Amino acid sequence: MKVLIPTPLRQYADKKDAVEVSATTVGEALSQLTQAHPDLKKHLYTEGGQLRAFVNVYLNDEDIRYLEKDKTPVAPTDTLSIVPSIAGGRRNL
Amino acid sequence: MASITEPIAQAVSLSNDEVLRYSRHLIMPEVGMEGQLKLKAARVLCIGAGGLGSPLALYLGAAGVGTIGIVDFDVVDYTNLQRQIIHSTTDVGRKKLDSAAESLKAINPNVNVVRYDTRLSSANALELFRDFDMVVDGTDNFPTRYLVNDACVLSGKPNVYGSIFRFEGQVSVFATEAGPCYRCLYPEPPPPGLVPSCAEGGVLGILPGLVGVMQATEAIKLILGKGDPLIGRLVLVDALAMKFRELKLRKNPDCPACGKRTIKELIDYNEFCGIRGEEKPVETTVPTISVEELKRRQDAGDDLFVLDVREPHEYQICNINGYLIPLNDLPKRVNELDSSREIVAHCRSGMRSAKAVEFLRQAGFTKVKNLTGGILAWAEKIDPKMPKY
Repeated sequence: MKVLIPTPLRQYADKKDAVEVSATTVGEALSQLTQAHPDLKKHLYTEGGQLRAFVNVYLNDEDIRYLEKDKTPVAPTDTLSIVPSIAGGRRNL
Repeated sequence: MASITEPIAQAVSLSNDEVLRYSRHLIMPEVGMEGQLKLKAARVLCIGAGGLGSPLALYLGAAGVGTIGIVDFDVVDYTNLQRQIIHSTTDVGRKKLDSAAESLKAINPNVNVVRYDTRLSSANALELFRDFDMVVDGTDNFPTRYLVNDACVLSGKPNVYGSIFRFEGQVSVFATEAGPCYRCLYPEPPPPGLVPSCAEGGVLGILPGLVGVMQATEAIKLILGKGDPLIGRLVLVDALAMKFRELKLRKNPDCPACGKRTIKELIDYNEFCGIRGEEKPVETTVPTISVEELKRRQDAGDDLFVLDVREPHEYQICNINGYLIPLNDLPKRVNELDSSREIVAHCRSGMRSAKAVEFLRQAGFTKVKNLTGGILAWAEKIDPKMPKY
């Protein structure tokens, strides 16, 4: 299945805008993503292993928070989107 | 601070001039006379007259929104002109508020432009929002995003949200009665420094144009009560791929702002976003060398290795013959550097190179210094013929 990488995080994923993974749940898909691109991990997860609150993960067009979160089952034709908060251009922020 | 005391409940009529001006609206069933009168009676507050604020204010004015408030304390900068189309070259150095108000009135003298020459804050937001029907957020930082959201929820005013990053944008309508608010989507802001800012990445000039007009469109739809507004919908724009995607947003019943409503007043948003004024930037804690010192030592024939940590496209703009290793590639390419040599690292303004120096010192390099002020300082003090960017 495809995991879409948003622009602010592409620099930590070898500049890719999408990564293919093979998984049966959202958690597995994200785990494979961070294994393939370890730099992504600290931007997606806290030290304690929780998905960061300013990063949203969508399975197709539904927020996984309202599905089964990490345990949400995924199919090969699904798309996972990572949607971080963005606020434009003020420097230092 | 200007204010309107009496809201115009319903504009009585349009003048003959206005009928002619808005004829293309009036002949559409979706707008018609009824819609145009609603537009004339509407009061929209635009936070920011910059990238997003420029096209959105212009289109709201052109459409005949009766009252447009603008909040901006900034001054027009030369580098703004690449995208902030409400300002012209002759406006550089002027207050954005004055420049924006003038452009708006030139397009449509019928608009009541209300200027707020102030920084939006917890102290003034609620009072400011009171005189308007909705707020369009065109700001460029996280603390203000949360401030606008919370103030909109507390005031019961819709928040037409738009944000951009390089060539991607997001648009939605928050803080309506039944819909989600910004905090439902993003309960917490990113810690400073974790989400890259536009500053080092730039922004495609057209992007705030695309997103700003989408915001204006949503504002107009809300006023007219027509079409399907982006309530509970997040539109993601990728301008390079020209792809538009839509995600479902839900109102979070536990949301402290619009769900549980535990937020009853505005807070210190800088603190909320983890920004502390006294935080020392990295660049003041690494060893440095001034551009004058570098020039002097190079002229004297000293063996200095100049490391340029910018991106290849920046090197093409101007360079001081440094060895180019972009900052993000440094960990992978550190073996190309000789730690026995004296290294001077530079970037555009001295911030990225400070991180490079920090990294190299942690990797065991002892003879590495940061060029204070970067290549901008070199262009300023050593080589005036070099372009600044």
